[in-house]
Amino acid sequence: MEAVHGHAHEHGHDHHGPTGIMRYLTTTNHKDIGSMYLWFSFAMFLLGGAMAMVIRAELFQPGLQVVNPEVFNAMTTYHGLIMVFGAIMPAFVGFANWLIPMQIGAPDMAFPRMNNWSFWLLPPAALLLILAQFVPGGGAGVGWTMYPPLTIQQGMSMDLTIFAVHILGMSSIMGSINIITTVLNMRAPGMTLMKMPLFCWTWLITAYLLIAVMPVLAGAVTMLLTDRHFDTHFFNPAGGGDPVLFQHIFWFFGHPEVYIIAIPAFGVISQIIPAFARKPLFGYSSMVYATASIAILSFLVWAHHMYTVGMPVQAQLYFMFATMLIAVPTGVKVFNWVATMWKGSMTFETPMLFALGFLFLFTLGGFTGLVLAITPVDVQLHDTYYVVAHFHYVMVAGALFSAFGGIYFWLPKWTGKMYDETLGKWHFWLSFIFFNLAFFVQHFLGLAGMPRRIPDYSLQFADFNAVSTIGAFGFGLSQLLFLYIILKALRSGEKAPQKPWEGADSIEWTMLPTPAPYHSFEKPPVIR
Amino acid sequence: MASSTHTSPNSYYLPAPSHWPVVGSVAVFLLMLSLVMWMNDVNGGFLVMAAGFAVLLYFLFGWFGTVIRESESGLYNKQVDVSYRWAMSWFIFSEVMFFAAFFGALFYMRALSVPDLATGDNAELLWQGFSGRWPASGPGIEETFTPMGAWGIPAINTLILLTSGATVTWAHWGLKKNNRGQLTLGLFLTIALGILFLSLQIYEYVHAYHDLNLTLGAGAYGATFFMLTGFHGFHVTLGTIMLIVIFFRALKGHFTAERHFAFEAVSWYWHFVDVVWLMLFVLVYWL
Repeated sequence: MEAVHGHAHEHGHDHHGPTGIMRYLTTTNHKDIGSMYLWFSFAMFLLGGAMAMVIRAELFQPGLQVVNPEVFNAMTTYHGLIMVFGAIMPAFVGFANWLIPMQIGAPDMAFPRMNNWSFWLLPPAALLLILAQFVPGGGAGVGWTMYPPLTIQQGMSMDLTIFAVHILGMSSIMGSINIITTVLNMRAPGMTLMKMPLFCWTWLITAYLLIAVMPVLAGAVTMLLTDRHFDTHFFNPAGGGDPVLFQHIFWFFGHPEVYIIAIPAFGVISQIIPAFARKPLFGYSSMVYATASIAILSFLVWAHHMYTVGMPVQAQLYFMFATMLIAVPTGVKVFNWVATMWKGSMTFETPMLFALGFLFLFTLGGFTGLVLAITPVDVQLHDTYYVVAHFHYVMVAGALFSAFGGIYFWLPKWTGKMYDETLGKWHFWLSFIFFNLAFFVQHFLGLAGMPRRIPDYSLQFADFNAVSTIGAFGFGLSQLLFLYIILKALRSGEKAPQKPWEGADSIEWTMLPTPAPYHSFEKPPVIR
Repeated sequence: MASSTHTSPNSYYLPAPSHWPVVGSVAVFLLMLSLVMWMNDVNGGFLVMAAGFAVLLYFLFGWFGTVIRESESGLYNKQVDVSYRWAMSWFIFSEVMFFAAFFGALFYMRALSVPDLATGDNAELLWQGFSGRWPASGPGIEETFTPMGAWGIPAINTLILLTSGATVTWAHWGLKKNNRGQLTLGLFLTIALGILFLSLQIYEYVHAYHDLNLTLGAGAYGATFFMLTGFHGFHVTLGTIMLIVIFFRALKGHFTAERHFAFEAVSWYWHFVDVVWLMLFVLVYWL
């Protein structure tokens, strides 16, 4: 289906709308919006990363040196919120914006104006979260999970945080409706669902998860708000409520949220590995079914985050076994990625390095997740650094490495410029080594019983904490190299060919010139 | 609209750059900030809120006005129509999940946390004499309240909403037969029934606060009762406003027998609030 533009310029021209800042404030183009998502995400990544540096600086030695405990608690809270909602999620929405129209043969997203609104709701939310640091009482020191009764006792910063979460939820829901509609209704003729690149499938499923659970989070924080200000007793036993009720509602959102972050990362990896193994993805349809199974199971396992709240043993058993069930479809995915590489003619450019880093470290994080799924083990490890190590393996080495790999992979197609391969490899190896330095030792700290979210610790934890802090600062500084690599590529990168990666075979490589035109497919391509 | 917009049934409409999204973000930011200021007794909250509402109205009129003009000038083809249908369906699904959170809280309190406070150690050591029977405010709340009966106003309200679901469908039949009188009359009746429903809800709230001592602070029952019926009432209000817009558009001659998705979207929404009400009537008022 041909595209018709609602502005007065002839077809085939490049961009003719407003220029400068107004271009980005008013844009309805999926590429502009995708770029804004990615840059916003990177800015939030640096902000959340700076907060992580404060945390690690404080934990470098036992005792209190850098910040007072209130600030430390606020840093753990906003580091989590900003990284989850401000950095990782928008990064993958940025990928979705850039890639879905290009991969399904569409001119743009289904709702270009709403697309822009989804993005422009993010800065106000970020502003509220930043503002929360500077109101009387300082930032809320409750952790990103916002458990009552602690949340009920916080100051104004908690309200700012709650409303920021509301706005982020609106943004996610609108973005997801847009993505689902685009995938279901904008595919080029012949592009059947089972011919779509796997990245589109992962986003279709992710968008469904988002629409299902973001409203539940909105309900949960609304109950917090009314408990704080309007005399309700949802989470207060004196009024028949229960703080554990919040945990149930929150984790009904929170567990699918884990997959909301991980599944698009799976999609990116499923594009990169076949390109550098020069073989088609092994078991495409089983990948689709595995992803869908993970999504469905993710609704049924939430209370494995709550083994220590005093649930009946039957419930603990159910949640333990249901959680372990997720290892089956995840195992299918890991198997398929490995089988894709089997007897492939492999090369190891930066995107592939990040994909392999993902494969190793995400699988490790998955295994520690299985360890934590076992109720009697989790009762020991709950709220220790073992948990922190586990989810950073999944979030950083999983989602973030996948995003880095995706950026290096598609940057030539998006901008027409190649990045510096040597520096890219440096970025990977520095990230890989420092990441493991920062987080691998945290497994030992957790097994030895060091609690999370506490600014001080016993002396026996000192050595591993010092190592972890060195790793964290090294990892943080390595990301400045990433910024430099991107800016260098944009300013003076070599001109990229249409298909810089020999094995890449989805239609954004085979049918579109480099750099990709402003409106991806003015006329729908013919898909055979 | 712009000059180059030749339309054929084969072209997907891509809108020009638009400032409305950013205006909407400003409105949302001001409103959220003003709520925080109001809840924390910061001076100037109402000024910010007034500004937020002003921007919000400008935004709603501007964006919806643009969409209506585009639709009436025939820029939306069949494929765009299908996009709108998908989007509205998923939006209603998100609303279902929002209510599900509050229904979940109701079930949890009623089946688990309230009875739990009246059994075992809780009963022996903490809350002696708490029966744990629903409707309950909770063991730590001294004041008593009377729960809202189902067979007075709530039953009448059920009839009103069910009837309004029928009248909006009757209006839709009128539109499809190109009977504009039936369309506008059906819409008018639906709006009137919606306003009647809301008036009775307001009366019921006043009655609850003044006569029954049933307030938001009345523990588990009060919180779930007011939050569920309150959010439902808010959605009925939105639905009524949407119906009023559709009514005036119908009077202006908008919609044809074949193409009228705005009407259908609003009627879907109306049926959705109807279904939520039936759940409320059975699970909150009756059982």
